[in-house]
Amino acid sequence: MARIFIKGNVAIARGALDAGCKCYFGYPITPQNDIPEFMSRAMPEAGGEFVQAESEVAAANMLLGAAACGIRAMTSSSSPGMSLKQEAISYMAGSELPGVIVNMNRGGPGLGDIGPSQGDYFQAVKGGGHGDYRTLVLAPGTVQEAYDLTFLAFELAFAYRNPVLILGDAIIGQMQEPITPSKPLAVDPFEGGSWRLEGARQREARILKSLHLTDGALAGHNLKLQEKYKRAEKEVRFEEFMTDDASLIIVAYGSIGRIVKSTIRKLRKEGYKAGLIRPVTLYPFPSQILKSLAEQGKKFLTIEHNMGQMVEDVRLSICGLAHSAFHGQLPGNLPTPNDFEQPIINALRS
Amino acid sequence: MSIYNDAIIAGFGGQGVMLIGNLLAYAAMESGLNVTYIPVYGPEMRGGTANCTVVISNEDIGSPIIKNPLSLIALNRPSLDKFQPMVQDGGVVIVNSSLVDMELADTDRLRIVGVPANEIADSIGNTRMANMVALGAYTRATGIVGLEAVQKSLEHVISAHYSHLIPKNAEALAAGAQTVN
Amino acid sequence: MHEILAYKSPSLLADIPSHYCPGCHHGTIHKLVAQCLQELELGDDTICVGSIGCSVFIYNYILLDTVEAPHGRAPAVATGVKRSRPDKFVFTYQGDGDLASIGLAEIMHAANRGEKISVVFVNNTVYGMTGGQMAPTTMIGQKTTTCPGGRCSDREGLPMKMAEIMAGLGGVSYSARVAVNNIKNFKKAKKTLKQVFEIQKSGKGFGFIEFLASCPTNWKMTSTDANDRLKKEMIPFFPLGVFKDLQGESK
Repeated sequence: MARIFIKGNVAIARGALDAGCKCYFGYPITPQNDIPEFMSRAMPEAGGEFVQAESEVAAANMLLGAAACGIRAMTSSSSPGMSLKQEAISYMAGSELPGVIVNMNRGGPGLGDIGPSQGDYFQAVKGGGHGDYRTLVLAPGTVQEAYDLTFLAFELAFAYRNPVLILGDAIIGQMQEPITPSKPLAVDPFEGGSWRLEGARQREARILKSLHLTDGALAGHNLKLQEKYKRAEKEVRFEEFMTDDASLIIVAYGSIGRIVKSTIRKLRKEGYKAGLIRPVTLYPFPSQILKSLAEQGKKFLTIEHNMGQMVEDVRLSICGLAHSAFHGQLPGNLPTPNDFEQPIINALRS
Repeated sequence: MSIYNDAIIAGFGGQGVMLIGNLLAYAAMESGLNVTYIPVYGPEMRGGTANCTVVISNEDIGSPIIKNPLSLIALNRPSLDKFQPMVQDGGVVIVNSSLVDMELADTDRLRIVGVPANEIADSIGNTRMANMVALGAYTRATGIVGLEAVQKSLEHVISAHYSHLIPKNAEALAAGAQTVN
Repeated sequence: MHEILAYKSPSLLADIPSHYCPGCHHGTIHKLVAQCLQELELGDDTICVGSIGCSVFIYNYILLDTVEAPHGRAPAVATGVKRSRPDKFVFTYQGDGDLASIGLAEIMHAANRGEKISVVFVNNTVYGMTGGQMAPTTMIGQKTTTCPGGRCSDREGLPMKMAEIMAGLGGVSYSARVAVNNIKNFKKAKKTLKQVFEIQKSGKGFGFIEFLASCPTNWKMTSTDANDRLKKEMIPFFPLGVFKDLQGESK
């Protein structure tokens, strides 16, 4: 298929459409508005539904309702709106409902700014709302990946009956790159034949809920969820770049991951042996590869567009086996490859 | 052989900075290259200046955001003031000499190409095509994409409503290229 | 001697003891919902959206495919359900704290969009499940655990009349208020509920029904006194009747 030149936001919307998404619920917030704008045309044309909800709270709950019917549905927002969606995401995780939620991370806390940031890492990978649950989190680093990971997000959401987050930022959302679209999927209009709601014709009524009050029921439910998250560990994905001979492994995701690549290329020409692990799934986190690189005696530097969040997962992964430094790009400042040169050189020398 | 170029394109809002950024990126894609385009927004957007960054390569592109570009298209004076110091030594700078005093250009350090873009555009029929003239000069000065590829891409970035203006825009691109020796 | 079947419980209603307090009207309203769905032959194609409050266990009593909505969000969840399955019958069942307080935005906008769903709203002027706190529908002077001196309009505003508010929204096809405190009202309530369900069945849009209900436990009254209060205090402030009926107009 011929390449098309599109924005990251549009790639996600187009990816959802091609992956068989039939319901989209949104609310305007910068920098993700291209998604609802695209969907407001695309959903009706595809015989689906678009609703501009009264709030992010409502949009996420509409997603919950659509998910209960086994339909491929999505919502998207940016940081302040994501805080509002957490209620429904927690209920979806508790009720084991599949849905795709996109966060085009902007600067925070509070209203922050409309520029890129990775300040929502904790919120995304540690659950985000109340209770012991996880969402699977995919972090695209290119526009092509934004498109492709949207397919994967729907696949994983239904495979694990769990909300799946796509965590981008203002860079991934606003930049344009050529992508090669895939053949649109022909999916069943309603999936989840064993659990979806459709009226209890000729069978026992089904209940999709997160409330468990009888003795031992909630404990059993939590155990089931934890076993599911354990099973999902096999979905881990990451990009490995120039790690073989590297004495320093940089860990960076999303936009920062790709920007760091430019820095590494430049420093390599000057003889600095740095490599990159770019986690593509933030949950499950690529702990195994980091641990095995640590065992090889390599040092670590985590670079994030926040003041230190993923670095905690890096340190948990390498279990104190290696030296682990951190460099935080301040949210509010646009990252460039130059910003990371000195921190990398310093980490190599430490 | 490694092909690589990056450019910051800057000017007043309304000069069509984003349009030629898009056009350049599209032409690069149509030429089989990898390309990223990003409108750089933030505090610098205030005050009516607009800029975008285009990175073109035959290899995998890392950063879409560039602090020290290899080239610059400055359609007005604030853009030259702001970005000229950041261009790498020996980099190409297309300066719209219709609006910028050429004495401000750093000819010692950079390869300066002065183009009277507004006048040329005016002579073709519309001052608003000054952006195309500047882009034409850029393609010739850097050689990163061919003039024809850019002209062919016009239909992809100019909305159907203005498609009748494509031939004139193609002419403006060519006129810009001709100013470069 | 032979037995005569005087009353048959609707098969959609589970044959189990309920957790509702003696004199609570939820059980009666559940039965009405089950009867009306059954008489309209909707049971096989219905998706119920439950809410948070005393009726959170509705799925234990009315045997329908059911999804649990977060507090106040049932109309948003129902929007997602109905947009996914326009061929199914979708209703929410919500209390006054859920619908008129925390979920006010969701009910107003689902109604205003004219979502083709039915909303069963149960107003007993108090937060029941959490132990009798003040609700947006608590009457002036009514004592609750969070307005121990009685609700005061200066401080807490006036009780919200949801059936009238709904009637004022463009997307609403039908809005009514009923009660089940006596046989006469019960019969009227059933007729009205059926009407609300029929509106969705015929694709006519958003239908809203408010049930005035008693809560003897949190009102600290006997069941009969609670029924008496409903009649003497609630009905004069929350008048029964149909506030909007676009179906009637179109006939």
